[in-house]
Amino acid sequence: MAQQTPLYASHIAAGARMVDFAGWDMPVNYGSQIEEHHAVRREAGMFDVSHMLALDLEGADAKAFLRGLIANDVAKLTEPGKALYSCMLNEQGGVIDDLIVYFLTDTRYRIVVNAGTADKDVAWMQQRLAATGTKATLAVRRDLAMIAVQGPNARAKTWAALPGAEAASANLKVFQAAEFGSIFIARTGYTGEDGFELTLPVDKAVATWNALVAAGVKPCGLGARDTLRLEAGMALYGNDMDDTVSPLDAGLAWTVDFKDESRDFVGKAALVANGTGKQTLGLILEDKGVLRSHQKVVTAQGEGETTSGTFSPTLEKSIALARLPLGVAAGDAVEVEIRGKRLKARVVKAPFARNGKALA
Amino acid sequence: MNTPANLRYTASHEWVRVEADGTLTVGVTDHAQEALGDVVFLELPEAGRVVTKEEAIAVIESVKAASDIYAPVAGEILEANQAAVDAPESVNADAYAAWLFKIKPANAADVDGLLDAAGYEAAIG
Repeated sequence: MAQQTPLYASHIAAGARMVDFAGWDMPVNYGSQIEEHHAVRREAGMFDVSHMLALDLEGADAKAFLRGLIANDVAKLTEPGKALYSCMLNEQGGVIDDLIVYFLTDTRYRIVVNAGTADKDVAWMQQRLAATGTKATLAVRRDLAMIAVQGPNARAKTWAALPGAEAASANLKVFQAAEFGSIFIARTGYTGEDGFELTLPVDKAVATWNALVAAGVKPCGLGARDTLRLEAGMALYGNDMDDTVSPLDAGLAWTVDFKDESRDFVGKAALVANGTGKQTLGLILEDKGVLRSHQKVVTAQGEGETTSGTFSPTLEKSIALARLPLGVAAGDAVEVEIRGKRLKARVVKAPFARNGKALA
Repeated sequence: MNTPANLRYTASHEWVRVEADGTLTVGVTDHAQEALGDVVFLELPEAGRVVTKEEAIAVIESVKAASDIYAPVAGEILEANQAAVDAPESVNADAYAAWLFKIKPANAADVDGLLDAAGYEAAIG
């Protein structure tokens, strides 16, 4: 039996097509995925992301613990509410999960992790807390729901829906959060558009969702969320990287912080020893068809593989992220094998689209 | 659910219209287009291709996923619908207007093995 978010009944009432996602019964679309995609690029849309898990880490050693736990360095977070995207690695340098850490105080951090990896993540963190003798506690916040409101008008519509929210969040920089009563407002997202991710008590989820609908925010499913994040060049855990893939090969080197040489973190030794073996770049299909994950890519430097692929509603072409041999560069012509045929594609730098515009 | 009574169906979600000359016009059902979501690409068989029953002969891709389309009967492809290839979204707009290919059955009696509307609705539960 799949788990349901506090907004399940709202999705059903809105005519959503539900699918199983990581053990959760989630809306994939409410009619047309493409219309939902455009709503986010052009106006404002929202996603129920309550299947994701918020964790609160609190204690005297919280900061030191996180500096050793994840590949990005929380020491660079000094402004309250500031967020950091990072991978959490295993000893082999593979990605256990990608996550966002919010700095609240030196002894208090909020971490948001993926739904499909949540149990594994919590177990790993608890094991690390014990193994390192850390003075900090990890609270699992399944009492919270999450709504991502995204699009050029997302912030204004959120303020219209939630009286008082504007004063609390108007000055937030990108990748920064503030607490507004019991609602945690973060200027973050997974679409390449401006907007907020709201984390709020479960019993406020339906009223908040309804207020956002009334303010003109279009409910959008996980289908549009996937095409939006892929256009934005954002990695999806399980597709673009997993336990066996190094962040250096997955196009996530920018999230690995080696600056403080005295800092050790889980997986660092393996990353240093193995270096970068592959690179992740974007592809645009020039022939007709649709790129999907795990298709073979033939380049002058050898074979690679697509890790995510879809039809891009913004570009009206098919796009993919692909793990390619070193030496392949943006502008190169490559071929992708689809159902036994080799189709022409062009290598580009992701993102493909952000802030309402096609970039590639 | 929209399942016209004048058509025949397969359990793999093709609809089949038996024309006056005995040829068959084939598309995907309304149920199929709804399950697929926004259709963005079609790859249809070429005229003259000889196909066997239940052979995967075409591909329909939505934003979400790729699915095969199967020959409802053995026969020869007479024509593919280029208008649908040029406007794949027409399958979502009206799955029964956006036919995909026409086929001449090798054996006219094979049509009798296809589902009727009630049978198809029962099959998809």
